[in-house]
Amino acid sequence: MRNTKVRDVILLGCFAVAAVAAPLLAAPFGAGYPDLLVKFAIFGIFAVGFNILFGLTGYLSFGHAVFLGVGSYAAVWSFKLVSVNILPAVIGAILVSGLFALAIGYVSLRRSGIYFSILTLAFAQMCYNLAYSVLTPITNGETGLRVLRDDPRYLDSAVGVLGQSPSLFGLPMTGWTGYYVCAAVLVVAFAFSVAIFRSPFGMTLRAIKTNQNRMGYTGFNSRPYLLTAFVISGMYAGLAGSLMAATDPLAGAERMQWTASGEVVLMTILGGAGTLLGPVLGSGVIKYFENIFSAYNEAQLGTTLSFLPESIHDGVVKTLSLFVGEGWQLTLGLLFMVVVIFLPGGIMEGVMRVFRVKHTPPVKSLGDSAQRDIVGESVIEEMPADYGAHPAPEKALAEAKIGTTAQ
Amino acid sequence: MNNIVLHIDHVHKTFAGLHALADVNLDIRQGETHAIIGPNGAGKSTLLNVCVGRLEPTQGKVLFDGVELTGRHPHEICQLGVARVFQTPEIFGDLTVIENVMMSMLARRDGAFSLHLFSRFDAQHEIVSTAEKVLTDLGLGYHFNHLASALSRGDKRRLELAMCLTQKPKLLLLDEPTAGMARADTNATVDLLKKIKQSGMTIVIIEHDMHVVFSLADRITVLANGRVIAQGAPEEIKGNPKVIEAYLGDEEL
Repeated sequence: MRNTKVRDVILLGCFAVAAVAAPLLAAPFGAGYPDLLVKFAIFGIFAVGFNILFGLTGYLSFGHAVFLGVGSYAAVWSFKLVSVNILPAVIGAILVSGLFALAIGYVSLRRSGIYFSILTLAFAQMCYNLAYSVLTPITNGETGLRVLRDDPRYLDSAVGVLGQSPSLFGLPMTGWTGYYVCAAVLVVAFAFSVAIFRSPFGMTLRAIKTNQNRMGYTGFNSRPYLLTAFVISGMYAGLAGSLMAATDPLAGAERMQWTASGEVVLMTILGGAGTLLGPVLGSGVIKYFENIFSAYNEAQLGTTLSFLPESIHDGVVKTLSLFVGEGWQLTLGLLFMVVVIFLPGGIMEGVMRVFRVKHTPPVKSLGDSAQRDIVGESVIEEMPADYGAHPAPEKALAEAKIGTTAQ
Repeated sequence: MNNIVLHIDHVHKTFAGLHALADVNLDIRQGETHAIIGPNGAGKSTLLNVCVGRLEPTQGKVLFDGVELTGRHPHEICQLGVARVFQTPEIFGDLTVIENVMMSMLARRDGAFSLHLFSRFDAQHEIVSTAEKVLTDLGLGYHFNHLASALSRGDKRRLELAMCLTQKPKLLLLDEPTAGMARADTNATVDLLKKIKQSGMTIVIIEHDMHVVFSLADRITVLANGRVIAQGAPEEIKGNPKVIEAYLGDEEL
């Protein structure tokens, strides 16, 4: 067993540096502006949390966007009633979404596999519809919940703070400061997920994914482990939701729709479920497609491809234009298919193959995609020369001989 | 009664009208190796499943060290000190060999649920060194960092046994530990089980291979059609005409 501590610290260091340098790194792709990078960071947090549940335990929740929505509502209520400072909003959102996750998880985790997914989906749709009907006093229905000029903000009025837009002790949550606050939260969230992956708790979750039967006969009670994982990942989603509300203080129920739940599943699978970096990459790719690729129009394509000879230029541009702009989902769908078919372990599997860091264990299906991450230690190494059946000890052989002669 | 580890009391198990177990009574004594034999479908595995909480008996009860096991979850029964090796090895295929053993030691150390979020799994040095020692003793020394699913069937069995032994159980239940093994492997397993037996472990073993049964068992119970038809020392069983008729047939002994 190799000590991976040093590697984890290096990974975390690189991750932090990348988060700080993101504006420079993303600029060549046309993504170097704060609004988009904030989305990368927020959905990164969402997916990292989702991965703790799906990647480690294999339980596919199809209603995780509920916690995103609940987190947003909780945060906006905190902006309205407590303070425009995001600290109480974030803490409140994490707690409230944790409570929701506890209730939904407690019921849904009575089943596994597809039944679990359906139960979570049912809860999500229920919350989504309630937000538009009976819960409108809390959610403000289709208009969405927003921060108003005459909100009480009891804490702010007590200490005499006058601002109306969310901030962190006066740091505005818009523009680059907004991004750096979100990036700092992402780095902390990522570090926490690394800790969970390496902890005995994380190993227990992996064991649950592998063989839940054996868990019982080994003396583990799987249910509380699963529930804890579910609550932790719900809290991550709540955290992401509160940051969403902080950077854009308008919470609507569409954040809870099933498409939003499906999106985080796609992000995690695309990046590599069960890997540390995969979900962050997956969310980045999807958000990039959604925001940049979708804005790429035929005219831009024409200029980019102007080096082509006149005769084929128009044809190529016409064909390719189907895949950009409004057709971005077509490209994303194709990309997703390619990844799932050829790299079931997601983008991370591709990265590892390219760098030949390790052989990953062969992946049979999505449900048991590669458990290991870029600094993962487990792999099938070269078999020793004498691999195979062990020769029986001398004594046993001698006995066997006696046995045969006696017969 | 003090030396009775497992007391199976008038246990019935019915599957949709089929009597898998009918009024089974069985006492397992402290430190003995007790073999349960019988033709296919006799109810041997059902009996073990009832003991570890996988199945609930239709009637009757099972006492372990005076504690009733009926209606308890498998993890509770395991924490009480009952370990089981399955007919098809049940291991954590996606974990490495040593991680498998460490998991079982973790359950032993920390109980059925513990929230270790911030310590590192691979920094549990005592557990790592004990796991390495147990695996080396069982001849799995080469395989520490291989995925458990990559092991051969015999090695998977050995791994499962290693996991059970590190739980330090009071009672070890073995379901056909040598099924599908070559003769040499079977003999190695028998030697290993003899060593475990010498350490004072109470063992219940289901086995088809009579060579294994007679080289290990102190007492034998014969099941046929869910009923106990004979019980006693190996010599008595060998000579029992009912047993010969029901099970052994003309097999050479």
